[in-house]
Amino acid sequence: MSSDGNTALKMAENSREEVDSVVVRFAGDSGDGIQLTGGRFAETTAIAGQDLETFPDFPAEIRAPIGTPYGVSAFQINFGSGVIMTAGDAPDALVALNPAALIVNIEEIKPGGLVIVDSGSFSEKNVQKAGYDKNPLEDGSLEKYRVFPIDISRLTLEAVSDTEVNKRDGLRCKNMWTLGLISWMYDRDLGPTIAYLEGKFAKKLPEVAKANVAALKAGHAFGETAEMPDDVRGFTIKPADFAPGVYRTVTGTEATSWGLVAGAQLAGLKIALCSYPITPASGILHVLSRLKAYDVTTFQAEDEIAAVCAAIGASYGGALGVTSSSGPGIALKTEAIGLAIASELPLIVVNTQRAGPSTGMPTKTEQSDLYLAAYGRNADAPLIVLAAHSSADSFDVAIEAVRLATKYMTPVMLLSDTYIANAAEPWLVPDADQFEPFKVEFRTEAEGFQPYMRNSATLARPWVKPGTPGLEHRIGGLERDSDSGNVSNDPENHQLMTNTRFNKIAGIVDDIPLQEIESGGDSGQIVVVGWGSTYGPISRAVGHLRDEGKAVSHIHLRYINPLAKNLGDLLARFDKVLVPEMNMGQLSTILRDRYLLPIESLCKVTGKPFRIIEVEDGIRAALEK
Amino acid sequence: MNDIIAAADLTPKDFISDQEVRWCPGCGDYAIVKSVRKALAEIGTPTENVVFVSGIGCAARFPYYMATYGFHTIHGRAPAFATGVKLANPELDVWVVGGDGDMLSIGGNHTLHALRRNIDLNILLFNNEIYGLTKGQYSPTSREGTLSPSTPMGSIDHPVSATSFALGAGARFVARSVDTDQKHMPQVLKRAHAHKGASFVEIFQNCIVYNDGAFDNFAVKKTAPDTQLHVEHGQPLIFGAERNKGIRVNHDILALEVVTVGENGVTIDDVQMHDQTNRTLAGWLARMEAPEFPVAIGVLYCDPTESYESGVARQIEEAKQKSPSQDLNSLLKSGHTWTVEPT
Ligand code: SF4
Repeated sequence: MSSDGNTALKMAENSREEVDSVVVRFAGDSGDGIQLTGGRFAETTAIAGQDLETFPDFPAEIRAPIGTPYGVSAFQINFGSGVIMTAGDAPDALVALNPAALIVNIEEIKPGGLVIVDSGSFSEKNVQKAGYDKNPLEDGSLEKYRVFPIDISRLTLEAVSDTEVNKRDGLRCKNMWTLGLISWMYDRDLGPTIAYLEGKFAKKLPEVAKANVAALKAGHAFGETAEMPDDVRGFTIKPADFAPGVYRTVTGTEATSWGLVAGAQLAGLKIALCSYPITPASGILHVLSRLKAYDVTTFQAEDEIAAVCAAIGASYGGALGVTSSSGPGIALKTEAIGLAIASELPLIVVNTQRAGPSTGMPTKTEQSDLYLAAYGRNADAPLIVLAAHSSADSFDVAIEAVRLATKYMTPVMLLSDTYIANAAEPWLVPDADQFEPFKVEFRTEAEGFQPYMRNSATLARPWVKPGTPGLEHRIGGLERDSDSGNVSNDPENHQLMTNTRFNKIAGIVDDIPLQEIESGGDSGQIVVVGWGSTYGPISRAVGHLRDEGKAVSHIHLRYINPLAKNLGDLLARFDKVLVPEMNMGQLSTILRDRYLLPIESLCKVTGKPFRIIEVEDGIRAALEK
Repeated sequence: MNDIIAAADLTPKDFISDQEVRWCPGCGDYAIVKSVRKALAEIGTPTENVVFVSGIGCAARFPYYMATYGFHTIHGRAPAFATGVKLANPELDVWVVGGDGDMLSIGGNHTLHALRRNIDLNILLFNNEIYGLTKGQYSPTSREGTLSPSTPMGSIDHPVSATSFALGAGARFVARSVDTDQKHMPQVLKRAHAHKGASFVEIFQNCIVYNDGAFDNFAVKKTAPDTQLHVEHGQPLIFGAERNKGIRVNHDILALEVVTVGENGVTIDDVQMHDQTNRTLAGWLARMEAPEFPVAIGVLYCDPTESYESGVARQIEEAKQKSPSQDLNSLLKSGHTWTVEPT
């Protein structure tokens, strides 16, 4: 509810329609401030107590030529009073700030959906640049939708006319005008956004702050007072039914970074994050470089290889070595990861996957590095592979990664993806005091020490900090004696060491939870198995089909290597197993290989997350086969 | 640097590991490991606070032969691993050992960045101008025309000068020594260790199997006084068995030249003084090649500035002063939060 509390608003409120959930997409040129607009709207949505998921969709270019389709930036948000698990399928409403934003996004809007366009930007030139022959606002091609053209450009300039900004800066407030209108439409309080704008600009650019606030208020006032068409009304959405507690919104990038900090504290270690900038993984480097007060050392290395090597060096030195990257960068790190496996040092490798191969589509999401994670090294080189299924889940998975890496003296690959990294969702902030510590015990006892002696339960070798008297020893990538660690080319020793490396990782199965069923029974017609960011759409699709009375279950994997002990038995109890993945069937291959079951794939590699309906259709098709 | 325990009665023997040394008999590496042990004994850092990190190659086997901590890593990446070690524990004395292929070819990038970043590592490059461990291919420091299994008609690429490279990368300490010079090398190594920041030492190392005599034109002991110039800060650049040859700046062509004191009116005052903080002079000295010039040996350049890990520690300290709490809950609840009350 607006804090203004004026009469016009009260009247408007009376005619508000109550809805359960809404999907809105903001779209415009990459210079239009779309991500900021979306981010602010998400924040106020969270404040209004509704559940939400966002999907920021950036162009790969930082500043593509203005007005072109490839320069379009979009931000989708799904919010409502019930449980929200995806950023939504087809948007109910689109805000398009230029013709290019319209042409790129219109196909995905619900038929009958509301399309608000800035008619002021539909000049002949812009229309052509976007790739339209004729102005779509005039040729009837948008009949399917409820189109509401507003000259946002002109109205924004009018709104800022009392402030001392030039025309260019004034026009840049278009996004705030739009946010104002949408805030009115969904009953949002402007207060937090005004406070944000003032915090951001007021000191250095007071006029810019004023102009933005003026535009924001004008957009809101337009909604309150304008002669809105009958079908463009205000909505109210009840707060979601959240469990009591303290909440915040969190992106996967933040949750992963904080999870690493939490894990390191629980292990009693300093973090050394060694990374090289790469889209979409750089965020972790940015977040952690601001957390120096938490004993976090961040190191921007000269390249991906140096980054992972420095992380391994840091682990050798007694810190928690972490490196973060995305597919192409991970590929470069593989030789060094092999050394971490051979020298048996803890290492966390975060892979925020993006569409590939090669450079691929750096800002688009995909899950196609599963083979790389599971198999992508020379020789027999097993490591732990974990996957986060949502932004908030990244926090728990990062802690688990630290626990396993330090307990078993091994690299852990933590798989995330572009979607998870960027998407925001509400998070019930856990109480850190309740976390179970897993403090690392460094070996200091010289008596009986051998560098490759092992803990009989975990098969982990001791972790020794250089600087410890009496334990001086040498390790390296050459095969080493199973006890003394001295270089060894002995055939039997190599067999033994290879077996041990394999058994150490395989044995972790006893230290991870049994696989649970996310929803549905533990046997039936079909089980849908997912990993990573497909969690939302699969959960929803399975939910819908179960509502229809179909015997569908959902299993979602956090542990990919090793797989949970009971997984094979579980899968065998279903007539069919369907694996939706944003790749060409990589988990399917792993599961087929492991359990010899006829697993079916549902693949999508468009760079966009699954829609719920796509998963639903896939399950139906599999059921009918 | 660990100077708390002053020369704790260490001897070179204390640095000998139990591993059998496996370089070819007669390899220059034997002499180097001896000098390094001698230098370490004199430096006096306890063995547990010393770490040797290496890449791949003959030289990179070095850590196995030292009774300190050691990490034999992967090809070319030793400076990056060592950087991580130093970040984790700045108190350690970290030495990096590698050959010319390791540190200037596959690992050239890491050498460059470790140097310009000025992290407190002692980087020893054993330059033998050949790939030894892979059986004799030419290397990035091999001279043009080098005959090798991969260049049967002679190499056609131009070699890199290790010290010019280091200076170009922004190294703050650049020195040279010769494998067989057991008197000189420990002194240079001690200087490298004392230098806070990245120290780069090129050691000319004879590979008796694949490139024997590569440095004979200046490294042979008998003729060394005439073929080597041992530079000392604040001393004139004098060399020669008779100590009467010097290096002078020819201002007409802006280059160094060899002069003989007492000939053509040249006096000792005409001879250039060595100033180890003069990067330009260091660059000129680095490029002096035999037989036209004596090869400059010793500390060509030394001009310390804040080392990388000190800067890292300083920023962490500053950050802690600003937000002294390391409480996880306050991190997780930083920024905007809201509370859902029980109903
Ligand atoms: S090949 Fe050359 S460098 Fe290598 S150990 Fe033998 S002599 Fe030394």
